[in-house]
Amino acid sequence: MKLLKLVPDNTNIKFLKLRVPFFVVSIVLIVGSWAAVLVNGLNFGVDFAGGQEVRITFEEREVAPIPSLRELVGGLGYGEPVVQEFGGPNAVSIRVALPEGTEDTPGAATAIGAKVIAAITEEYPDARTDGNDTVSGKVAGEFRNSAILALLAAMAAVSVYIWVRFEWQFGVGAMFALVHDVSVTLGLFALTQMEFSLQIVAAILAIIGYSLNDTIVVYDRIRENLKKYRKMPLPELLDLSVNETLARTIMTSLTLFVALIPLLIFGPPSLFGMVAAITAGLFIGTYSSVYMAGPLLIWMGVTSNSFVPQETAMDRQEKIARGEV
Amino acid sequence: MLDFPLWKKLWLWGLTLAAAVLALPSLFNVSGLDWPSALPNPQVNLGLDLAGGSHLLLEARAADVRVQRLENMEENVRQLMRNAKPRIRIGDVSTGEGRMSFMLESPADIDRARGLIEPLMQGVNLTREWDLSVVDGQRIVLAPTSAGIDTALDDAMESATEVVRRRIDELGTREPTIIRQGDTRIVVQVPGLEDPEALKNLLGQTAQLEFKMVDLNALPENVQAGVAPAGSEIFPYAPGTPQAGQFEAVRRLGGIRGDSLTGAQAGVDPTSNQNVVNITFDAQGGAKFAKLTTENVGKPFAIILDGQVLSAPNINEPIIGGRAQISGSFTPESANNLAISLRSGALPVPLTVVEERTVGPDLGADSIRRGLLAMAVGSIAVIVLMVASYGRFGIYSTIALVFNVLMLLGIMALGNFTLTLPGIAGFVITIGAAVDANVLINERIREERARGRKVIAAVETGYKEASRAIWDANITNFIAGVALFAFGSGPVKGFAVVLVVGLFTSVFTSMVLTRMWVAGWLRKARPADIHI
Repeated sequence: MKLLKLVPDNTNIKFLKLRVPFFVVSIVLIVGSWAAVLVNGLNFGVDFAGGQEVRITFEEREVAPIPSLRELVGGLGYGEPVVQEFGGPNAVSIRVALPEGTEDTPGAATAIGAKVIAAITEEYPDARTDGNDTVSGKVAGEFRNSAILALLAAMAAVSVYIWVRFEWQFGVGAMFALVHDVSVTLGLFALTQMEFSLQIVAAILAIIGYSLNDTIVVYDRIRENLKKYRKMPLPELLDLSVNETLARTIMTSLTLFVALIPLLIFGPPSLFGMVAAITAGLFIGTYSSVYMAGPLLIWMGVTSNSFVPQETAMDRQEKIARGEV
Repeated sequence: MLDFPLWKKLWLWGLTLAAAVLALPSLFNVSGLDWPSALPNPQVNLGLDLAGGSHLLLEARAADVRVQRLENMEENVRQLMRNAKPRIRIGDVSTGEGRMSFMLESPADIDRARGLIEPLMQGVNLTREWDLSVVDGQRIVLAPTSAGIDTALDDAMESATEVVRRRIDELGTREPTIIRQGDTRIVVQVPGLEDPEALKNLLGQTAQLEFKMVDLNALPENVQAGVAPAGSEIFPYAPGTPQAGQFEAVRRLGGIRGDSLTGAQAGVDPTSNQNVVNITFDAQGGAKFAKLTTENVGKPFAIILDGQVLSAPNINEPIIGGRAQISGSFTPESANNLAISLRSGALPVPLTVVEERTVGPDLGADSIRRGLLAMAVGSIAVIVLMVASYGRFGIYSTIALVFNVLMLLGIMALGNFTLTLPGIAGFVITIGAAVDANVLINERIREERARGRKVIAAVETGYKEASRAIWDANITNFIAGVALFAFGSGPVKGFAVVLVVGLFTSVFTSMVLTRMWVAGWLRKARPADIHI
């Protein structure tokens, strides 16, 4: 039986020849992502904005009466609701933001939630409440703070680990790769205006863990080759390392990808955003492993000496004493 | 590296099978089969987002506790001074700005007053809970210390948690979780709840019941304007009562609290046909109530619940049996709710729902079904990819993958961990990432063979050289997992648990188990070449 080889043996692609243009692209992506976040803003769900979100299924209807729902809930006086199909044509999610000035009223979100559900079930007897999330302004603020803290702490801790295991240049490279991955994922959410929730932050934290897997494989090979080919110029050595590990990079990303796709298609609708984020992060992470993590090493001046113990003055004196020099 | 003596094999297989067997009850449960009840039955807990149920985060305002403490202190001080022999006369009592102060009519009483109050300043464990200072030789100022406020808040939350527990038990739901969180919060999780609104209404009711004498000297126009005569305070009538929108002035002091009840039952009054709540005082409360009603026959007293007047009936005759009836334009449900709240005791401090997550049982079941389907399809895709790429070595990875999922489920059942909706995504990620280790190992073996190493040496080098990167990658994942766990609330914590436990099981299955199988095959078949 012939085995499947997605990447031919002994590829020799000059990845790093284009390192400057690609690095510029990466920087543009990061800056563009932050611009998108600042201009469009993230579409915060109830977790981070506060308010209430209810999911309703109409058991005796083919199609949910979305326009009349919008009118009904809008008429309650809490501002314009976001009504959209959720998981099927007869199911909807209805989101109402906290009205201005109620951010500091602890029970406001819950009270609004109760009113919305009561109004809908009174108007539509076949409405079944499948879910109800209400978050007060204060709790939403706490979620925002802890999300930012967790993202920063995870990125810092992972980078420090890489620094300890390799060299400081590798730690910086990993950190840039992480900043790139997290920024671009955030940028995607700002562009698509998909709902940004606690689950999405969880997805980004998972990306922080997984996107470095490929980077580590490449770094590990760079370290090995640095010891092996002491005289090879660094760009060439990086190209060699990336090519040697290319099959791995592709295969490990692919196995995760084929596992995630069915979840994206058949999985629970409430998981869609989270799985989409992880899937996107997978591609972004693979790209940054090759184009962010590598070139940075060149510019930070990694040499084969980085992994060979330096000769100290003491060593030298000992050698002289032994008459070796 | 490839040497596996019998004892090592037995012990690895034992560990694998033990963990995998632990997964069986959960698998039976999910697929709707009956697990024999005679056998041990470790189960993976399903989170509320999969099983259906309500998660509520309740918060108390620390300021309320402080105000209440000052009011209690005022009552205590007044009583002490009144009961002192001879009586100590005081005036100008105020409880503003976080402190309580009062004037002694005669400065000569100062030492006696201090002596009486001093014992109240000390907490049970001898911490200083109040600071007492004397101003101008005649005014005593009592200010709670921060230790005192902390203790008070802690006590209030402790007993509030207990009251919440009793109330939820009255609803008869199965296995509720009630945990204090932080300084001022209580987490309530009730699986499979039919009516989350009823639960919220029940917990939202503080159920502070008070009986206070109506101030008959207050001018009606002043009362409606909200101006209370000296020594009185004004409460609104509760919505739904005939007098809703109106106010009642009552004497601040001399009333009694309804927190010493031994029973409360909803019922219907046979003469008026109204919904009422019948309450029974304990001996002490009954005596106080008898005294109040005996001294005030013919006068109206207000029944006040959580700062709203329910009704203000006349006291027709002394009520000495320790039983009373509360009427207040109840519906059968609200009468029943109030009876439950009174039976389980008043909350020492009002609680507000600051976060709610409710999932209906249908949605949860649908999520599990879709999640399982996606997991099955995803696993098949991964298996096809691995076997097509690495042949026999891919089959080993596949078997390792199956054991990986079983062990992960088994360990979660053993540790009584909770599987949540994001946890399903965690399972899928684990499936997709667990084979990464095998990819790294197999690719390395391929490479070593291409460089001309002999089979055994290539396999050995493959496992050895790949393990470094596998190790590093898993540690970075672990770090991210810890951040996830620290950050997340319930559902996200469930995701973190699956990811982190999955790291351990996948390192074990994909590195140790496959090596054992590969070694066994190499030893037996002694192949001169391998297909990889």
